[in-house]
Amino acid sequence: MRYHAPATLEAATQLLGSDLGDCRILAGGTDLLVRMRSGFAEPDNILDIKRIDGMRDITAEDGGWRLGAAVSGAEMGEHVGLTADWPGVVEAAGLIGSTQIQGRCTVVGNLCNASPAADSVPALVAARATARIAGPNGTRDVPVEDVPTGPGKTSLARDEFVASVFLPARPDTSGDAYLRFIPRTEMDIAVVGCGLSLTLDGDGTCTDACVALGAVGPKVIIVEDAAKALMGTKVDEAALDALAAACSAAATPIADKRGTVEFRTHVSGVLAKRAAKIAASRAGA
Amino acid sequence: MSKIHVSTKINGDPTEFLCEPDETLLDVLRDQLGMTGSKEGCGTGDCGACSVTVNGRLVCSCLVLGAEAEGAEVATIEGMAEGDQLHPLQRHFIEHAALQCGICTPGILVAAKSLLEHNPNPTEEETRYWLAGNLCRCTGYDKIIRAVMAAGKEMREAS
Repeated sequence: MRYHAPATLEAATQLLGSDLGDCRILAGGTDLLVRMRSGFAEPDNILDIKRIDGMRDITAEDGGWRLGAAVSGAEMGEHVGLTADWPGVVEAAGLIGSTQIQGRCTVVGNLCNASPAADSVPALVAARATARIAGPNGTRDVPVEDVPTGPGKTSLARDEFVASVFLPARPDTSGDAYLRFIPRTEMDIAVVGCGLSLTLDGDGTCTDACVALGAVGPKVIIVEDAAKALMGTKVDEAALDALAAACSAAATPIADKRGTVEFRTHVSGVLAKRAAKIAASRAGA
Repeated sequence: MSKIHVSTKINGDPTEFLCEPDETLLDVLRDQLGMTGSKEGCGTGDCGACSVTVNGRLVCSCLVLGAEAEGAEVATIEGMAEGDQLHPLQRHFIEHAALQCGICTPGILVAAKSLLEHNPNPTEEETRYWLAGNLCRCTGYDKIIRAVMAAGKEMREAS
């Protein structure tokens, strides 16, 4: 195995496209090193992206925030501006692992690892975040939900990697939240997760919403009917019930030792309802 | 397979080593540098026995490659006491009998020190959450938490 730590995006994509053999991207390493240790990954090359400019930066951009691919969960949680603008995204990232894991884990890694239960992904999707993909012909931006295509699978070409994610600007009267169900108090994998972002107008009417469910399908599910259930309402009980029903209807979970189909379907609606209440209060309702 | 030359700082001392590309920082510390205070419990980031800080950030050294330490500042349990002078956390661990077999202790001390640096006056709940990535199969945790709270109190009063 060889270890590469290039200083530029161009050098990194060139390495990925070369004939050196299988190459894995290393940012926080909290998935990759575990996989290598347990024999699930035996790459010929490791490409450490942390020496590339911008990979460790949280940068204000067009009223939103750009997160480099190597920004850790702990760095996100300590960033006052980011936490004020996107508390739901920050709390979702903060749920991943222990303090030690938080010191290294990244939302871009969470996205590219493509676990259906990834905590930060529903929150990023609800935030309408975009991923900036670096490749041989420069960079391209895609909605984050287009990166994972199924468990452990992404739409990235062999010579591409995600260099950053961008959280766009939204009106001040907006809020977001992420909730997950786990059978313990922390350090567990989501049985169901729900990310939700909404915007209210001056009198508290919801003018925009995006609702995303995790761990109840092979990839994150955007529930358009759930967003519609909120829009034009004051996020009252009737709207919340309609939101919950839409989420339960959209969930397509499997049954496993962590939860039955019936339980996960029900909890999808419950979490959406609770997340909407938190998001609405953060929006100033 | 050629070895990688790494220049780093460990507990304030400039240190150089050669490592394999897939060698973890934990293996470098233990097998090459003879710093066996950091323990390998699980090797997959679950137990915290290998906790160190890299550039002030608490991490599991089993989930860091040795090569990644290039130019970094690493702090391990070996840097905690000053000569014969134990760190207040170490003293309180002894006074509270907060260890039995001792395998988890170095990692917990490093993690607790990091907690008190980030938050000198943590609540018991904050302490328990911060240390949730450090597993102990002997003590039942209560004595550990009490020792950390007592050390924090002493350190606040001394500063």
